[in-house]
Amino acid sequence: MRVTFTANGKQVEADDVWEGESLLYVLRERVGLPGSKNACEQGECGSCTVYLDGVPVCSCLVAAGQVQDREVRTVEGLSEESGELGLVQQAFIDAGAVQCGFCTPGLLVQTDALLEQDAQPSDNDIREALSGNLCRCTGYEKIMDAVRLASARKCSGKAVTE
Amino acid sequence: MEFLRPATWDEALAAKAENPTALPISGGTDVMVEMNFDVHRPSAILDLNRITELTEWSDDGSVVQLGASVPYTRIIDELSGPLPGLALAAHTVGSPQIRNRGGVGGNLGGASPAGDAHPALLAAGRDVFVEAASVRGTRMIPIDDFYVGVKRNSLEADELIRAVHIPVADGPQQFSKIGTRNAMVIAVCAFGFALHPKNGTVGTGIGSAAPTPRRAVEAEEYLQGVLAERGLWESGDLLGTEVIQRFGELVKAAASPIDDVRGTADYRRHSLAVMARRTLTWCWNDYGKQIRSAA
Amino acid sequence: MSTRTIQGQKNLQNINQASKDGIGGSPLRPDGNLKVRGEFAYSSDMWHEDMLWGMALRSPHPRADILSVDISEALKVPGVYAVLTHEDIPGSKYYGLEIQDQPALAIDKIRYHGEAIALVAADHPETARRAVKKIAVEYEVLTPIVTEEQCLDPETHGYVHEPHEYKSHAYGNICHEQKLVSGLGVTDEVRALADVIVSGDYEVGMQDQAFLGPESGLAVPAEDGGIDLYIATQWLHVDREQMAPVLDLPEEKVRLTLAGVGGAFGGREDISMQIHACLLAQHTGKPVKIVYSRDESFYGHVHRHPAKMHYEHGATRDGKLVFADCRIVLDGGAYASASPAVVGNAASLGHGPYVIPNVGMHAIALYSNNPSCGAMRGFGAVQAAFGYESQMDKLAVELGMDPVELRQLNAMSEGDVMPTGQRIDSPAPVAELLRRVKDMPLPPPLDTEHLDVRQVPGALSNTSHGEGIVRGVGYSVGIKNVGFSEGFDDYSTARVRLEVIGGEPVAMVHTAMAEVGQGGVTVHAQIARTELGVEQVTIHPANTEVGSAGSTSASRQTYMTGGAVKLAAEAVRRELIEKGRRRYGWAHKDIALAGGKVVSESAGVLVSMVDLLGDEAIDLTREHHHRPTQPFDKETGQGFGHVQYTFCANRAVVDVDVELGLVKVVELTAVQDVGKALNPLSVVGQIQGGCTQALGLAVMEEIIVRDGKVRNASFTDYLIPTILDTPPIPVEILELPDPHAPYGLRGVGEAPTVSATPSIVAAIRNATGLALNRIPVRPEHLTTEQPG
Repeated sequence: MRVTFTANGKQVEADDVWEGESLLYVLRERVGLPGSKNACEQGECGSCTVYLDGVPVCSCLVAAGQVQDREVRTVEGLSEESGELGLVQQAFIDAGAVQCGFCTPGLLVQTDALLEQDAQPSDNDIREALSGNLCRCTGYEKIMDAVRLASARKCSGKAVTE
Repeated sequence: MEFLRPATWDEALAAKAENPTALPISGGTDVMVEMNFDVHRPSAILDLNRITELTEWSDDGSVVQLGASVPYTRIIDELSGPLPGLALAAHTVGSPQIRNRGGVGGNLGGASPAGDAHPALLAAGRDVFVEAASVRGTRMIPIDDFYVGVKRNSLEADELIRAVHIPVADGPQQFSKIGTRNAMVIAVCAFGFALHPKNGTVGTGIGSAAPTPRRAVEAEEYLQGVLAERGLWESGDLLGTEVIQRFGELVKAAASPIDDVRGTADYRRHSLAVMARRTLTWCWNDYGKQIRSAA
Repeated sequence: MSTRTIQGQKNLQNINQASKDGIGGSPLRPDGNLKVRGEFAYSSDMWHEDMLWGMALRSPHPRADILSVDISEALKVPGVYAVLTHEDIPGSKYYGLEIQDQPALAIDKIRYHGEAIALVAADHPETARRAVKKIAVEYEVLTPIVTEEQCLDPETHGYVHEPHEYKSHAYGNICHEQKLVSGLGVTDEVRALADVIVSGDYEVGMQDQAFLGPESGLAVPAEDGGIDLYIATQWLHVDREQMAPVLDLPEEKVRLTLAGVGGAFGGREDISMQIHACLLAQHTGKPVKIVYSRDESFYGHVHRHPAKMHYEHGATRDGKLVFADCRIVLDGGAYASASPAVVGNAASLGHGPYVIPNVGMHAIALYSNNPSCGAMRGFGAVQAAFGYESQMDKLAVELGMDPVELRQLNAMSEGDVMPTGQRIDSPAPVAELLRRVKDMPLPPPLDTEHLDVRQVPGALSNTSHGEGIVRGVGYSVGIKNVGFSEGFDDYSTARVRLEVIGGEPVAMVHTAMAEVGQGGVTVHAQIARTELGVEQVTIHPANTEVGSAGSTSASRQTYMTGGAVKLAAEAVRRELIEKGRRRYGWAHKDIALAGGKVVSESAGVLVSMVDLLGDEAIDLTREHHHRPTQPFDKETGQGFGHVQYTFCANRAVVDVDVELGLVKVVELTAVQDVGKALNPLSVVGQIQGGCTQALGLAVMEEIIVRDGKVRNASFTDYLIPTILDTPPIPVEILELPDPHAPYGLRGVGEAPTVSATPSIVAAIRNATGLALNRIPVRPEHLTTEQPG
């Protein structure tokens, strides 16, 4: 079947999509957006988190046919229009929250969504919001630092540059 | 495999009538796992995402009509007042991303004994109904008749779940769930409890500790008896450890769990008793406070 | 935060000031930008025009004879390009890290649940799945050999491998064995010297590396008949060494390039899909991509050896250890993998960082029909640490001593002798680490007045509003070796090139080191900056065009490949200065490189590198071998077996819901000596990550195997810690240089994984008073299944 949707603001189209295919597969293999990662395919790791109509979801659990005419935003769409890194992206690098980086795309989208909703989350709020994103490298401490840093920068109203 | 995308509820019912083996998908949090791991290859997938009324709820003051696809996140955010037990249960479902997609309809459709919504629905009372529809008409299935076997419910092949009708809480409700980590767990076992002071009943629901979700009938009857005989509904006085203990034992006795990779049968029984005692205590303490502040 | 300095400013700085982005700084990862943009190409992101998808058929049985394999129906599926069995393998049919005992595809026999039997290449994963299901295999299912008793009685239960099939194993179903005796050994006379004796049996479950990026890669057939493989691995060259004979290709025609690696932790030390993808690519003449699903990943790589251990410790009344005796049985599963090295570590490190005059040890790895076990972070040492640290706590109770004081009283330090006879010839601040970890402030008690359910055991599952919660505190310390041991010639290769690009001197570092997330690429750039006085460093993609970098394991890469980069950069520096001397006739003895210039302390700037180099490049390759080690004597375990030791001490604070058996780790503190922190931010990140994997082993992580069958091959049932399970992890770093190591550094990655698990179990014991002889500790162990 053919599936047409908006990905990071651009209309995309995928042909010959198998009916059982996931949005994740379509993004990664058919429309050239491999940033969202496939790590468990059962919604247990969060590495494939994308915005679907503005709501963060596991793209491995969305059937491709379900996104027809809808809007998807992936990690590739988190950068500024100028190409500069987004605030959350920069904070993850600066805080040392990226090691192997496989969990990073999902964490970035989920963190972006958290800070959109609450620019100054408590530590418990951060932990709850990110509890569906597994990371095996960092022990999460630097990820906590990154979210706190992004929050502080967002609240201070300026993206602190290096 | 076909991918069916009805735009309206009537179209959906027609599609299901025509393709009784079509697998309905909404949040996809169960269905897509089966697709991704080749567990299931249905003749067709029936996407319900375009049917907006499934993601709506209404509250007439006595009953909440909850659309099958209202995501758990919205149940937590919007319905913790009228449906406190279900909102607590919703908060234990998977992860935030899963809660953004999954809804009660999926739990009911899958009818897994581990579904988090079931104990809360059972505890909400005997007047909880699953609204099942087909081209033949609409049935209101009492929750006590809904679960019929392991991952089996009483839906007919041409029926779809439209909504679940749940009485608005008239007393405190609680939900507890055991998992072997502190987030994102399938229930080792779970327990829902509710006080229904208006009709002098209590509700219970046991999850993951029997072939189906089930209520602890003897525990409910025992507690209802004690509350009535001792005038506790009126006084809000303390229950006493003996009553709480006995209630826990009866909940435990109502379970028939198995050993599996998630936990042992013994542990499930043990923890059900603990959760039963704790949730009863929390509810009763809240209820007592309400009585005393009203007095 | 970021300390990257703007280029122009750097040149204004004092000429001798080292780059802030050199060693000791924490510059940002060179791959960080791509990783946060989603543009970093992991092995699973590889894509090629016309590529096919490869998939394996795996056995549902742990032990069976294969009577027949019929691929005819699978071949008929439209879109299928190839279906292969072992009969299609052009070269050697066996491979293995240490012992070549594993068939690339099963030959007549199944030895573990999930063993690959046949391969399919098709145009879509779903086509491949359909075809795999159409391969008909007739099995004669056999009773699997799975318990220690069964393994050790092959006459009754059979052999996993026919005796001496590969000239591999000592006898029966024993894959590897190591004994050790030191002092007087452990005899009745020695036992009589002890006032107090404690003993215990301990068990460690099968942990999985659970890296986030499942095994994957893309094999592209080349015009010269060779293969190019883009792969996530820990060691490119050892993959190639195992692949080439199976593919019947000379090594130079098997070219590997490292693709992005989504974590490793030992699980990528063995071959997984490398040979399979290449076989399919060879056969079809098309690029073939294989990406494991999560369940296949659990079947497709080795795990941490489960262990059964018996320990006996004797001490004087005042707490001095007199003897320790131990038997460690590791289940290696169907194939050898790294079992021999795991046994070597368990035997040589199995008594912990303590001075013990008389020691006995017997460690074995079994062959069984359980899943194969091999490398995982801290191997051999992790299992043993749970045993000896449990014993130390038990002994402390018996003696009425403080558990930390008892450890300090017996702690080894520089100059002491290991049970292997090896004298510790660099700092071993075991007592100091313990002192520091104990002195760290404790977290505040649980605030039951303003309870946030997310902070208590069970969290959002809403199991406790403060009821049943007891706090516990536990301590532990551990020892791990760094680098490859027992006489292995461990080395790394690095190539460093210095040239002028765009009017600036630029260093390029080329190694075959697998960057698996640890930050080796950051450190390589730091070393080049420090040694060459340049700011701009590029990291060449890791591939087999350069010599081996050894494995990204054994906490060795910064030591070994970092050391090689240092050697190569030093050689480039010498050559550059020599070039200047030849051209300008400098006589200064104090010439150095800084700020892109050749400088002299006495004479200032001599010349800019840009002027000196012109359009020439200096391009040199060096190998770094660590000092030689010796194999352990098979009977006595004596020998200079290890290059370096590393130590970490932990304190765990836990809240336990003692009625429900649920645990929340409140804080996990680590103090570690790292010799020299080349990149402090990365060092702390490694320690925190290592502690978290240890936390997983303590309270949740286990592959459950029943009768040889894996029961929980998914992230739904194999649970790893979430951010709500992981507490704050305060880290304190000591930097006591090791004179034998580059920059004095000490390997970092594994020590916390060794030491942290026992501290958490000790804390749970402290809260519950239970013995807890098995990890992971499950809720039922704290409630319904409490051992006598």
